[in-house]
Amino acid sequence: MPFGLLKYGLSSDYPAKHHFTPATELKRHYDVVIIGGGGHGTAIAYNLAKYHGITNVAILEKNYLGGGNTARNTAVIRSNYLTEAGVNFYSESVKLFNNLSNEFNYNVMMENRGQLTLAHSDAAIRSFRWRAEVNQHLGVRSELVDRQTIAELVPNLNMSEDSRFPIMAGLWHADGATARHDAVAWGYAKGACDRGVELHQLTEVEDIEITSGRVTAVKTNRGRVECNAVVQAVAGASSIVAKKAGIPLPIHCYPLQAMVTQPYKPVLTPHVSSPQVHVYVHQTSRGEFVIGGGSDPYPLYHTRATMEQRESLSAAAMELFPFLAQARLLRQWAGTTDMTPDYSPIMGLSPVENYYLDAGWGTWGFKATPICGVTMAELVATKKVPALIKPFELERFYRFEQINEAGATAASH
Amino acid sequence: MKLLTCPLNGPRNISEFTYGGEFHPMPDQHKTDSRQWAEYVFFHDNAAGVVTEWWCHTASTFWFLAERNTTTDQVIRTFDANEVFNQRIEFSAMEDDA
Repeated sequence: MPFGLLKYGLSSDYPAKHHFTPATELKRHYDVVIIGGGGHGTAIAYNLAKYHGITNVAILEKNYLGGGNTARNTAVIRSNYLTEAGVNFYSESVKLFNNLSNEFNYNVMMENRGQLTLAHSDAAIRSFRWRAEVNQHLGVRSELVDRQTIAELVPNLNMSEDSRFPIMAGLWHADGATARHDAVAWGYAKGACDRGVELHQLTEVEDIEITSGRVTAVKTNRGRVECNAVVQAVAGASSIVAKKAGIPLPIHCYPLQAMVTQPYKPVLTPHVSSPQVHVYVHQTSRGEFVIGGGSDPYPLYHTRATMEQRESLSAAAMELFPFLAQARLLRQWAGTTDMTPDYSPIMGLSPVENYYLDAGWGTWGFKATPICGVTMAELVATKKVPALIKPFELERFYRFEQINEAGATAASH
Repeated sequence: MKLLTCPLNGPRNISEFTYGGEFHPMPDQHKTDSRQWAEYVFFHDNAAGVVTEWWCHTASTFWFLAERNTTTDQVIRTFDANEVFNQRIEFSAMEDDA
């Protein structure tokens, strides 16, 4: 291996291989068209090709592979949700994440760092105890921890009792992790394209053709494509794309902002989150502190970064880790989050036959990428809704059966 | 600092305001089934472009309407809800509702 690296370094031409070859011409017909070339879209294509033998699939991406919320999220993986439907779904995803590098033979840099959520009030402790009980019952490692344990887990956390919101207890989630978000999309895209799936970048869906209640074709800026089934996995553009198919959605789009510091030596292992001061912080393996969790106060289709969020995120991060006052910010950015009223996704069947929804991923989409790929591919291939995603169907809003995860998502990730 | 003009209090920092959701005419309570109510309550146009929405000046609890472009974040105009609600809405139950 060292000689290989040496040879690589001394080679005059650049010997790196492309991960895969992007498709060139659009075919006239595909079995399945997937709108959206992010983590979810590529994961669905990968599972269709590898486990269901459906390879006549096109992923149509308006921009470039993994360039939307897949690139903008803060890469947090966890399953300490509150409802049975939520915990079962996300814990299955965490299991898949743990094996993802093996599945791809491609490193997604999974780091099982654990996640600590902080309680600064009695009410928060009560809700954490509730979550810990639900989690443990469903086999997720999640427990209420006291101040001493918190100080041992995160030695440089501000445990002062004189701060504005002193830390009273925490919810420790040993299954919490982070992974390289881009690598997840690249791994899925490579695996899908190696098996015959076509990735068409710079291909925007302009209209969706529906004949007697079923989808028959999509019109793109590069021509018309006939298809037997369509899956939309477009995050922030969910309402806009679904409208082309005549499907109203219970979604509002808010920008979610995050920022990152320059790299520093490693001092922080777990992911630390505080719903009270609205921030979460972790240090990446290359040393940058990722500071996230600032949703804008009103809806917007824009990914600008604002001074207000920079100020509030910085203040909150410094409350938890006073030494961050010395850190220099490297960049700040935003993603358009498609928020649902109950903070749970909308997955499964739609009112249009053969048109499948993978939407409403708000601030919780990245952690669900692998399980979303598995379940949505099963749905498209078998036309039967897998039990794991049945509770997340669009119909739940018409039956007033929301799956309330607002509390477990309070720090917006 | 971004400003929003309250029809009652004049231009104020937008941090003094609370966003109140898209404006939709309320369906007729006597002719609406539960599916239509669900759509009215939960579903949104979520349009990219100029929308009409509710805002509240938090300090004075004054509710009003605004036209805002959701792709550029430009507020086109704000106006008193009287412009839309210019006649009395009958909320009383019909006899067969009782």
